[in-house]
Amino acid sequence: MSELKVPTMAEMLAEGKEPEILFWVGCAGSFDERAQKITRDICKILQHVGMSYAVLGTEESCTGDPAKRAGNEFLFQMQAMTNIEVLNGYNIKKIVTGCPHCFNTIKNEYPGLGGTYEVIHHTQLIQQLIDEGKLKAEGGESFKGKRITYHDPCYLGRGNNVYEAPRKALEILDTELVEMKRCKSNGLCCGAGGAQMFKEAEKGKKEINDERIDEVISINATVVAAACPFCMTILTDGVKHRDKEDEIKVLDIAEITVKANGL
Amino acid sequence: MIGQLIFIIILVAAIYLFSKNVAKIRRNILLGKDTDRSDQPAKRWKIMAKVALGQTKMVKRPVAAIMHFFIYVGFIIINLEVMEIMIDGIFGSHRVFSKPLGSLYGLLIGGFEVLAVLVLTACVVFLIRRNIIHLKRFSGVEMTEWPKSDANYILCIEILLMSAFLTMNAADYKLQALHFGEYIKAGSFPVSSLIAPLLPSSAHALVITERVCWWFHICGILAFLNYLPYSKHFHILLAFPNVYYSNLNLKGKFTNMPSVTNEVKAMLDPSFTPPAPAEGEVSRFGAKDVTDLTWKNLMEAYTCTECGRCTSVCPANITGKLLSPRKIMMDTRDRITEVGKNIDLNGKDHDDGKTLLDTYITREEIWACTTCNACVEACPVNINPLEIITELRRYSVMEDAQAPASLNNMFGNMENNGAPWKYSQADRFNWKEGS
Repeated sequence: MSELKVPTMAEMLAEGKEPEILFWVGCAGSFDERAQKITRDICKILQHVGMSYAVLGTEESCTGDPAKRAGNEFLFQMQAMTNIEVLNGYNIKKIVTGCPHCFNTIKNEYPGLGGTYEVIHHTQLIQQLIDEGKLKAEGGESFKGKRITYHDPCYLGRGNNVYEAPRKALEILDTELVEMKRCKSNGLCCGAGGAQMFKEAEKGKKEINDERIDEVISINATVVAAACPFCMTILTDGVKHRDKEDEIKVLDIAEITVKANGL
Repeated sequence: MIGQLIFIIILVAAIYLFSKNVAKIRRNILLGKDTDRSDQPAKRWKIMAKVALGQTKMVKRPVAAIMHFFIYVGFIIINLEVMEIMIDGIFGSHRVFSKPLGSLYGLLIGGFEVLAVLVLTACVVFLIRRNIIHLKRFSGVEMTEWPKSDANYILCIEILLMSAFLTMNAADYKLQALHFGEYIKAGSFPVSSLIAPLLPSSAHALVITERVCWWFHICGILAFLNYLPYSKHFHILLAFPNVYYSNLNLKGKFTNMPSVTNEVKAMLDPSFTPPAPAEGEVSRFGAKDVTDLTWKNLMEAYTCTECGRCTSVCPANITGKLLSPRKIMMDTRDRITEVGKNIDLNGKDHDDGKTLLDTYITREEIWACTTCNACVEACPVNINPLEIITELRRYSVMEDAQAPASLNNMFGNMENNGAPWKYSQADRFNWKEGS
């Protein structure tokens, strides 16, 4: 693969170009080390298929999702309106996000505040590319012999009824896809949503991510496919907490795609 | 003649009392704030047909679904029989439908009897699940004495009503065989004919049995009707409008508060003048008490039948946190009922010093929610506890400034750096450098 080039909207504008799609990276994708790698993997996929895209770079700001779920509607709308001004300023039509929370917020809650775009999540983009034959699972690492399970992020699954796209990306791998009992619309939250990511959990008898990882262990899965940076962080913590780091890997759908294609 | 008079008096009194209590519940629901749920009527009828009438969300738990279906169908179809009983009661006739319906009548009565047995069986199974197997779903902090008794009362009343119905038919069947009085041959009695041998053989005793069961059955139904407004069983009525007025948006979409939009617009653009608030509207961000919620939230509270599907899938509850979505709904209903009582006793402006938040629902509960929508997905009648939790959070943060300290940190970071963590905005694009 050639060197990774990540164009920004500002650069594009300077060159008088408009990209086909804006890649909305999100805060986790920008700052969290593990999520940064996934962000680069999404860029690798975009570059690999030759799609014209750009990012906002330092002009991007939090969508306001954690503020909104925590009840701080003021802060949310401040963030939203500032972002909408930037997005509309660049005449953005289509957005792909690396995070289900950004995806949900921009897709569903921005239109009421003046920001209407076609928004997809990166797993939906991957599905489209597979359907169009632009993306396969060859030339890279084989997942043969691994048992992969998919953890539905709440804001992709129940929140927006996206259940099949991420599974599609896994089905093309030469491997066994096993479902947990609590999957799809019955999926169990990882415990990070609703701004829980940013606070200590209330007193209880168990951590939610441990409950989820116990379910992963019970079906003998060796890979947990994730599609959300918060799920990624908190499920990885759960695996560590259960001392299963050698047996169970938590990988984003984008990472799996990049690995399978040797990008 | 006296019988008819007594019957009419009981019937009128029962209907009057019931209407009065329903009107009170309606008044209480309308104490909530306005929200528009009148859009897309075609879609709404469809969802009502599917979810309420067709009970499609029940099938996730097949045993409960089948048993509940028996009771549901039994309830609806046996109402045809109640219609006959009413007419007989008012006009002093006996099995008034038997002649005009002819052989169809026999088929109907046969069907009612089979349904009655299915209802009886389902009620017994439900009692066993609640009181002997002790299904986890039916326990929890909110399942105190009254909710538990309420459930058992409903099941026992239904068993009694069905038993009375079958015994009445058995006595009738035996009297028909004796060609006694007005007990004309009226169709087949597939179930009650089996219990007929247990009844006395004297015509006099049979008439007494038949009459006692008839009166018990109809008075029982009227009493049960008047029990509904005090019980979780009210769901048999509210399930339909509640599903009709469902939130039709994707579950991930939360409402954008228009009052906040106006303030934010004014902050970002000094030339913007927000529209004046509607007359008499007290503007408070979020909900502190039930009257800050919408009428739909309150309707949902009265619709909840405390089945606990929501709580059993709640990640916070599963892992031992205090939060239980069912408790959120039950607290909301208990509080709005209390507010309604206050109005009846002390007038509209009475303040009893209690509020939904803090008196009923603690802050610990609302902050344990992950907003994962599992409870919303699980509810067979589309109740949304998450909406209430969100409104309580909005009040806590925007009016009360009482968010957990770590969340205040997150808010601060977002305001200053545009990210929930303490990273500089200038470093936002550094990710491209890694490998």
